[in-house]
Amino acid sequence: MPNLDGGGAWLPPLAVAVPIVAAAGLAALSRHLPRPAVDVVAIATSLSVVGLTASILSMTAAGRVVTWVGGWTPHHGFSVGIVLVSDPLGAALALLAAVLVTLALVFSWEYVQLDEGHFHALVLLFLAGMEGFALTGDLFDMFVFFELMGAAAYALTGIKIEERRSVQGAMNFGIVNSLGAYVALVGVGLVYSKTGNLGLPQIGRALAHDRPDALVVAAFVMVMTGFLVKGAMAPFHFWLADAHAVAPSPVCVLFSGVMVPLGLYGAFRVYWVAFGTILPVGDIRRTFVVLGVVTALVGALMCVSERNFKRLLAYSTIGHVGLFIVALGVLTAAGTAGAALYVAGHAGVKASLFLVGGVLLARYGSVDEKDLHGRGIDAGMLRWVAVAGGLALACLPPFGTALGKAVSEAAGSAAGYPWCPALFVAVSALTGGAVLRVVGRVFFGLGPVPPEDERQTTGEGEEREGPALERVPMSMWVPIGMLLGGALVMGLLPGVHEAALRAGAAFVDGGGYRRQALAGAHLQFPGAGRTAAGPADWDASGVLLDLLSAALAVGVAALAIWFRVVVRRPFVGEGARRLLSGFRYLHSGHIGDYVAWLMVGLVVLAVFVGLPLVRPS
Amino acid sequence: MNVYPYLVGGWLLLVGALGIARSRNLIHAVLCLSIAQSGTYVLLVAVGFQHNASPPVFGEPPSPVNVHVVDPVVQAMTLTDIVVSATVTALLLSLAVQIHKRHGTLDPDELRSLQG
Repeated sequence: MPNLDGGGAWLPPLAVAVPIVAAAGLAALSRHLPRPAVDVVAIATSLSVVGLTASILSMTAAGRVVTWVGGWTPHHGFSVGIVLVSDPLGAALALLAAVLVTLALVFSWEYVQLDEGHFHALVLLFLAGMEGFALTGDLFDMFVFFELMGAAAYALTGIKIEERRSVQGAMNFGIVNSLGAYVALVGVGLVYSKTGNLGLPQIGRALAHDRPDALVVAAFVMVMTGFLVKGAMAPFHFWLADAHAVAPSPVCVLFSGVMVPLGLYGAFRVYWVAFGTILPVGDIRRTFVVLGVVTALVGALMCVSERNFKRLLAYSTIGHVGLFIVALGVLTAAGTAGAALYVAGHAGVKASLFLVGGVLLARYGSVDEKDLHGRGIDAGMLRWVAVAGGLALACLPPFGTALGKAVSEAAGSAAGYPWCPALFVAVSALTGGAVLRVVGRVFFGLGPVPPEDERQTTGEGEEREGPALERVPMSMWVPIGMLLGGALVMGLLPGVHEAALRAGAAFVDGGGYRRQALAGAHLQFPGAGRTAAGPADWDASGVLLDLLSAALAVGVAALAIWFRVVVRRPFVGEGARRLLSGFRYLHSGHIGDYVAWLMVGLVVLAVFVGLPLVRPS
Repeated sequence: MNVYPYLVGGWLLLVGALGIARSRNLIHAVLCLSIAQSGTYVLLVAVGFQHNASPPVFGEPPSPVNVHVVDPVVQAMTLTDIVVSATVTALLLSLAVQIHKRHGTLDPDELRSLQG
């Protein structure tokens, strides 16, 4: 009987249990403790989770870390237990979640001063949910941690209950994501009815030598819908801008940085381990590439037309999510590696930009571009940090975003989509350009004041989450600096690309995952043990494309700032303007619209996946 | 195999989603979400059901090993689902109360603070 609980198997459950216990303690005692003590306990807890997940990650270099909870190890390949499987990508996401939570809590030290609400306990519960979701290998367990993440996230979004916008945003977020989760649960029930198993390895093995029938397709589509609602793929993306516009900035850091990528991770993990052998690769690839392109374009278009800085960043997240979906959706190890690198770089850059937005709110009481025009000129060093953040979002080398974009583009072209570099350059240029436009107007006072648009969500009237600040304290500088610096260091460290390729290869190796979880075989990861030099981190074409997108972003920003000065008559036709405003009208803030789009998306997914299987070709 | 429970489960999910899409009152919308979830309960329990089978309770040993029982795993999933529903519904209803306090209305058509 092979030793299935190898060394370190006790680490993953601990990474989930420690934040839950600490959250319960804080929820009970935070009223009786002084605020600094609450902060210290919360930060110490998340630092311990950083340590735990870092140990798990270092252990995954040798093979996946498999834990059968409660000791219910498989007998002759059959088990009733719940399995936690940590492979390099899952462990890296778990580590990213813990690091972002730590930095968000450090930022909240002075930034968040709310009279009511268990902010720290909710953040720790959110961390527990994310850790469980990233490290589990059981489908129903994924649903449970998905709901735990969700409930904590809805409460954190609506934590400023005095503010009109917050409660509406939290309600939209809550209803749409919960409905997505229930749809996923129907899918889990259908999978169980077909295979009699809930663990991903067992499901994959049960489905391995089968033909796809309507039940399997329905189950797959419903589970994907649930996780992709969290992952903000179009047309499930409407909740994201509302939630980000109203949640406190440290919470937005967690949403954009790791919660949304976790949705994508869950979807593709389920595909590779459970459904990878039964559904035809070409159909799934086409589905995700098309939907990824649509998501990227929706995000980029909405991003450039926003004036609320936090909503603008939210739409840029949607644009980048589209790029992640394209990179993951080409269904190769290289694409997955590129997506992983891009997610990591994007997390650092987007998080630092959200924290800059938080500083703007604390200092000036607004996140509106028009309202803040020229008011940030006295912000000192913060101005240049914001410029660096905007350029990093536009994938300027050597930031981590640039590395991820270069690897993803190469993987997309290699998989047979030669237009990939054009899409990636366009989306990163547009989103980076929108951020640089805001930075130029707010921090440097460039260009004329933009005109009013009465139908748009402004950034005025947003309530501060803490005291008004005169100078930016150290507890806010440190996270901003570490996040942006981390994104920069990631692109400079040697061996990052190779580590990502190994992680990507392990992620797409569904067969190895199944075998190792069920039989305890210590398999070498594919591609491990090569002695030749790994792939170069940067290659010339990737660097040139990255520089191109950064330059285009600066151009887009300049054009947007000085548009009316340079061009006397508007050359954008009336038809295009009406089209854009009609498109923005769809993002109405109305919960009924969002649910209708969710159902439409479910049908679209079903058609994409199921229709090619119906025709007898 | 009796198709009827599956149809009921699917119908509840769809009618719940339709109710949210056409809702004029947020409390009605949250309860429609609850109805959609009830559809998942019916579906899960139906998956585990078997005709002429007994509840999954085993008595004192020696009880016969091959007794025909319904599937307890889906029943455990349903109980977990009910707990999740209780939490989420309570949270969303408290948000609805706050929305009424801040906006003065519960009609989604009247909530205009997040547009564009």
